[in-house]
Amino acid sequence: MKVSLPKSRVPYLLLFPGFAFLFTFFILPIINLAQTSTQTPVSGGDTGEYEQTFAFSNYVHAFLDNREQFARSFIFAALATIFALTIAYPLAYAIAFKSGKYKNVLLVLVVAPFFTSFLLRTVAWKQILGEEGFLVPTLRNLHLLGQQTTVTSTAFAVVAGMTYNFLPFMTLPLYASLERIDPRTIEAAGDLYANGITTFRKVTVPLSLPGVVAGTLLTFIPAAGDYVNAAILGSPNTKMIGNVIESRYFKIVDYPTAAALSFTLMAAILILVTLYIRKAGTEELV
Amino acid sequence: MGTERPLSPEARSILNAGISRRGILIGAGGLGAAGLLASCSSGGGDTAGAENIVRWGNWPLYLDFDEATKTYPTLEKFSKQTGIKAKYFEDYNDNDEFFGKVQAQLKLGKDIGYDVVTPTDWMAARWLRLGYTQKFDLANIPNAGNILDSLKSPSYDPNRESTLTWQGIMSGFGWNTEKNPKGIHTLDELFAPQNKGKIVVLTEMRDTIGVILLAQGVDITKVTEDQFMNAVDFMAGKIADGWIRGVKGNEYAEDLTSGDATAVIGWSGDMFILSSENEGKFDFAIPDSGGTISGDNLLIPSTASAIGKANGEKLINYYYDPAVAAEVAAYVNYVCPVKGAQAEMEKIAPELASSEYIFPTEKTASRLHVFRSLTPAEETTWAKAFQQAQGN
Repeated sequence: MKVSLPKSRVPYLLLFPGFAFLFTFFILPIINLAQTSTQTPVSGGDTGEYEQTFAFSNYVHAFLDNREQFARSFIFAALATIFALTIAYPLAYAIAFKSGKYKNVLLVLVVAPFFTSFLLRTVAWKQILGEEGFLVPTLRNLHLLGQQTTVTSTAFAVVAGMTYNFLPFMTLPLYASLERIDPRTIEAAGDLYANGITTFRKVTVPLSLPGVVAGTLLTFIPAAGDYVNAAILGSPNTKMIGNVIESRYFKIVDYPTAAALSFTLMAAILILVTLYIRKAGTEELV
Repeated sequence: MGTERPLSPEARSILNAGISRRGILIGAGGLGAAGLLASCSSGGGDTAGAENIVRWGNWPLYLDFDEATKTYPTLEKFSKQTGIKAKYFEDYNDNDEFFGKVQAQLKLGKDIGYDVVTPTDWMAARWLRLGYTQKFDLANIPNAGNILDSLKSPSYDPNRESTLTWQGIMSGFGWNTEKNPKGIHTLDELFAPQNKGKIVVLTEMRDTIGVILLAQGVDITKVTEDQFMNAVDFMAGKIADGWIRGVKGNEYAEDLTSGDATAVIGWSGDMFILSSENEGKFDFAIPDSGGTISGDNLLIPSTASAIGKANGEKLINYYYDPAVAAEVAAYVNYVCPVKGAQAEMEKIAPELASSEYIFPTEKTASRLHVFRSLTPAEETTWAKAFQQAQGN
């Protein structure tokens, strides 16, 4: 046991920048948010003036007033996650196993959307799905879409936009875990007379589960709090909880409710994710 | 004005590259974002006092801009005339958002980085109420007397001691003339079958609900909470039944050009530009039952230094010169608040001198109404009802 003191400090020194950053930009704001969430308006005060009264009832009102948007957020996020998984799995599989020398090019293409802003891409979707875009008139001419049916301002557009925007977050972890699969395990399955489907079901899928878990988390969590897609592609009937928080904060200047909603959303996501990881097993995350 | 969501302006400029004037307008919006960044990084601009400067925060696309030189011609002239360097920030995108940004500093009496700001009437009222403004030294603003009589004594500043109107904004009906060949003059015509699911209304509560209230025969200068809530319910019903597609800020203009919207409750200036860009495909009218008018106001924050204040007053005085006001109006197309500007407009753009959008005649003006000012408690409950009606 001859560990010198300076050496034992090394881990702390390494942790310090990250910790200091998170403390300043995460912990402190969270504490502030928690304080705000139980405030009530100063009687006779001006718009935006609140005082601490430990009104935990704010949480009850915030939740009851916006049950619909909470439910919608989780349903939309779940749908987007399922669609993204459906699209990303074959994609990641193809890149990992079937792309040969094009592997790197394809990976760059998966990441390519990040080179443009999130907002720009969502606005582009609005144009693509718009009345005078290419898609809608074409579908109408083919009688696949009614003359009065529109695509933007619908739940379909919002979920589609979310699926698209979060697709790389699903694809990359899937690719990483598929790519890591030892080809000998697949050969071994063949040697044991498993056909392609059985091999895929019994070997590839179980070995790629860490990617599935990571990908679904990376998609579901930001999707549940997203408000950009609903704001740009949706209508008043497709508003999500993020839109409510934005409106409470900036439009109504009701900081306590905005803070209470943020906390409720955080807690709800935390609970769902914990249950999910419990079920999936934490070791799958690694 | 109420540019609602800070949609990445580069995004819009690229997507709208095909649309002439919009493209230009939106390009300039990018400057707004740049201005915002600049003011953020330096903690809200430089401090006046050390230098002979004036810092002005205004809405995007709200001052004459020369695409070729990337400068604001009237502002350049001001600097030349007075030797005061003007720093112009197009970062006033939303009344509530801007207020949220500077409120803490105003409370502490710390410089907010602006010597002149441009809030809408109701927000200007809030600044005054909270003591966040400075009274003008009218000796520095001899042109203040040029303000239109109709704007001389708003309830929040009856003697115009701390505020002067920058531009006036009319709201009414806008429509696609192909889908609505007879035009839209009543609420029933707005909710006509051909517009079902393609109607967009403004996020600015006082304009959207104001127009609905007027159609319901309510005097918006005296509106009660019951009447207001009744109109909000009407809007909520039209949203639930799928008539209203969205509640938006300036973006409604894009919905009109993309065909996603065929009829709107919108702002005169926007509609004027859309119409001239699209060869009459769009039109605007003040509803038969009346439209709303509001103003954005120049005022000096309580945190401006003595030099900043004096320079701000000189700036305001300069823009109340009829010739300068005409130059601005020819670009922005909103209601010009300065007497004598119409005569000046004859000299520079005679076709605009007769525009009802810029120089409403007395008959037109009589059809425009101002939403009454709200108490802080009303502001919160009414805004909440309006937001909930749109799904928020």
